[in-house]
Amino acid sequence: MTDVNDDVRDDAPAGRELLRVEGVTKSFPGVRALDGVDLSLRAGEVHVLLGENGAGKSTLIKMLSGAHRPDGGRILVDGGPAGEPAGSAAPDGPRDGTRDGLHEVRIRSAQDAERLGIATIHQEFNLVPGLTVAENIFLGRQPRTALRLIDRKTMRARAAELLRRVRLDIPPDTPVAELGIARLQMVEIAKALSLRARVLIMDEPTAVLTSEEVGTLFAIVRELRDAGVGIIFITHHLEEIGALGDRVTVLRDGRSVAEVPAGTDEDELIRLMVGRDIAEQYPRQRPDAPGAPLLRVRGLTRNGPHGTPVFEGIDFEVRAGEVVGLAGLVGAGRTEVARAVFGVDRYDAGTVEIDGQALAPGDVRAAMRAGLGLVPEDRKGQGLVLDASLQDNLTLARLRRDTRGGLVDRRGQRRAAAEVAGQLKVRMSGLGQHARTLSGGNQQKIVIGKWLLADTRLLILDEPTRGIDVGAKVEIYQLVNELTAAGRAVLMISSDLPEVLGMSDRVLVMAQGRLAGELSADEATQDAVMELAVRSADASGPRHTNESAMEGSDVR
Amino acid sequence: MSADVKTGAGAEAVGSAPPGAGFGPWFARAVLKNGPLGGLIALVVVMAALSGDFLNGQNLLNVGVQASVTAVLAFGVTFVIVSAGIDLSVGSVAALSATVVAWAATDAGLPVWTAVLLGLAVGAVAGLVSGALVAYGKLPAFIATLAMLSIGRGLALVITGGSPIAFPASVSRLGDTLGGWLPVPVLVMIAMGLVAALVLNRTYAGRAMFAIGGNEEAARLSGIDVKRRKLVIYALSGVFAAVAGIVLAARLTSAQPQAAVGYELDAIAAVVIGGASLSGGSGKASGTLIGALILAVLRNGLNLLSVSAFWQQVATGLVIALAVLLDTLRRRSGR
Repeated sequence: MTDVNDDVRDDAPAGRELLRVEGVTKSFPGVRALDGVDLSLRAGEVHVLLGENGAGKSTLIKMLSGAHRPDGGRILVDGGPAGEPAGSAAPDGPRDGTRDGLHEVRIRSAQDAERLGIATIHQEFNLVPGLTVAENIFLGRQPRTALRLIDRKTMRARAAELLRRVRLDIPPDTPVAELGIARLQMVEIAKALSLRARVLIMDEPTAVLTSEEVGTLFAIVRELRDAGVGIIFITHHLEEIGALGDRVTVLRDGRSVAEVPAGTDEDELIRLMVGRDIAEQYPRQRPDAPGAPLLRVRGLTRNGPHGTPVFEGIDFEVRAGEVVGLAGLVGAGRTEVARAVFGVDRYDAGTVEIDGQALAPGDVRAAMRAGLGLVPEDRKGQGLVLDASLQDNLTLARLRRDTRGGLVDRRGQRRAAAEVAGQLKVRMSGLGQHARTLSGGNQQKIVIGKWLLADTRLLILDEPTRGIDVGAKVEIYQLVNELTAAGRAVLMISSDLPEVLGMSDRVLVMAQGRLAGELSADEATQDAVMELAVRSADASGPRHTNESAMEGSDVR
Repeated sequence: MSADVKTGAGAEAVGSAPPGAGFGPWFARAVLKNGPLGGLIALVVVMAALSGDFLNGQNLLNVGVQASVTAVLAFGVTFVIVSAGIDLSVGSVAALSATVVAWAATDAGLPVWTAVLLGLAVGAVAGLVSGALVAYGKLPAFIATLAMLSIGRGLALVITGGSPIAFPASVSRLGDTLGGWLPVPVLVMIAMGLVAALVLNRTYAGRAMFAIGGNEEAARLSGIDVKRRKLVIYALSGVFAAVAGIVLAARLTSAQPQAAVGYELDAIAAVVIGGASLSGGSGKASGTLIGALILAVLRNGLNLLSVSAFWQQVATGLVIALAVLLDTLRRRSGR
């Protein structure tokens, strides 16, 4: 991007400039996270921030919300009354405080950001589960009575007004712990509104929402935009850009590489994001003929707590060289089946066979010995030891095998880890780096690499590309191709329909704990899959589809 | 010892401190960077400056002897803390093991080496019981080991009838010196430290501790039998406690049921001063040794300076708080 400051584009909204980032840089040990980022936000626009994971989006918004401080460059904010000017103690700051009505500011803390009217809705919500919605909205800023006691009546009334604005039809006294993830997000937005934010930063707000909820969110965002709020919107869903955005700033490798109108064609956006063309997003190479059955599941059933089974009568097989997709709505029981097959959870009836040999139930180590591996849906909570080195993470599943006479062959482990990290093109500063500091895509490569090192023959992938950028997605798909070409097999659970359709040789559809149907690659279309996923759900009575989609999305 | 060992938090890079001028920031950075070792060196320098007797060879060996029991206990507790647990029972288990050795060798008339093995076995069993309560009984480690603290102390009192039993002379040599100057407790401390470093860094048991402490669920999903591992972890802690108890009794030449009361807190303090996190996943044997030495140097130095025992407790508390505070700052600046 050249210069966004001086030439106002024809397609740019005419609002006043609220925020400007100029040439900001930031380094962490071993990584240059930001290497010259420019960004300009006007009142009444939705500015989409687009980039692969690791491109620097998170670092940039952490800077705007006061969690990180830039090493170089400037952040300027519209000269409202609250603007805290750059301190004279600044060793490197220029002295020309004001430009085009903007003041250079230093955002040292969340309080500074708040004073400047910048509110951020992070992917991990900052809500206290034990408190009510009203208490959360006004946490630390509760209205007080003359006696300095908390004025609950005013607080409730103001909370109710804010909830109405975000179209959330719940009493302000509802405990936050009772809300599903979509409503939590709305509470976060209400909190931002209560701060009278002029700049609202939303970090992948749609990643966890159903399409209906996304519609509501968009309506609220448009209202805020029309009220003159400037919104920075981060998303990986390209189709959302045209629907909501005004301008797009694309980050790549810590630089802002382009600022384009939101109407820009998707292929062009992808090209800008990854710096090259992605010929085919789902490069599945289907095998000529699948091999022998590797995994056979028969009549797998697990009873639930209230009489309704978690899953029931699940029958399927996976053959060597095959990718079998497992589609369905969230809450259909897909993850539960995967965990039962891998021996994490017990089941009440049915069998799991590998190569015709029955597998002991509830025994992860037996499943691993038989050649199973699981890449869990919760990458950080279940896939990685975040504060351990990449080497330790990569070799965790083969720790037993690398042990002779009680001693671990650490040198052999290092060699193996280095080899697989190279093969997977993990972007890292070294094998000693902690898993926490990697981007999502690279973290996922580490989890997959762990199973490659354990010589897994059937890999269960649960939402393998959730929250992962386009470039890393394609790398993971290519890896799946390599695995199946080598005679291994993949069972892929995914809520991303294009991905299931693009990568699977067969698609199993689950609905309400049952297998609703199986589709060959030719038969599998979005409509066919959705029909199976939803039809059976409707057929089985009063349970509301939307509710089951909300299951498991509680406050963490 | 084991200077090449890099585990957990030790691999963290520190380098983003802003360039500053003057001695103050430089000194602060140096201490932050070197963590516990920097603290120990600073403490030794201060003590040497305040007391002419401190840097005397005999006194330094005394410091080593004073550190030895705490250090050996703390090595065992390191295993537990790395795996995100806690062991409050080590002081009691140490006393119990020592009384069992004395009772077996004198009252029961068993050969001395059998008696020692029996004492170690008692430590292991006490740990296994704690471990079983944690792993299979799903008790919080704090509660399970608090129970064992009481049980161990009670059994020690039952066995001895409340009064000390003379320790067998051959085992009491563990409290003597080699060649008239080198204290055996210091050798035991070094040996146990090497064993702890080996366990933590090179064995399956040790690597599993880091994985369990870092993320128990990820460890389980990667095929580590977390429950069985916890039995091993607490049993190891029990064995180390038994060794510490035997060394202590050897120094006193008698097994006392009321020995090592409150030592578990010193052990935990040593581990934490050494840079381990109570939330698990990080810790080093070398750090724990330094932590134990810091506590011993402090006590020894304050004794030389004739500071009252009451004020010594205050000083110890301040050092613990300061050490962990510095470590927290160090980690934050490394992020």
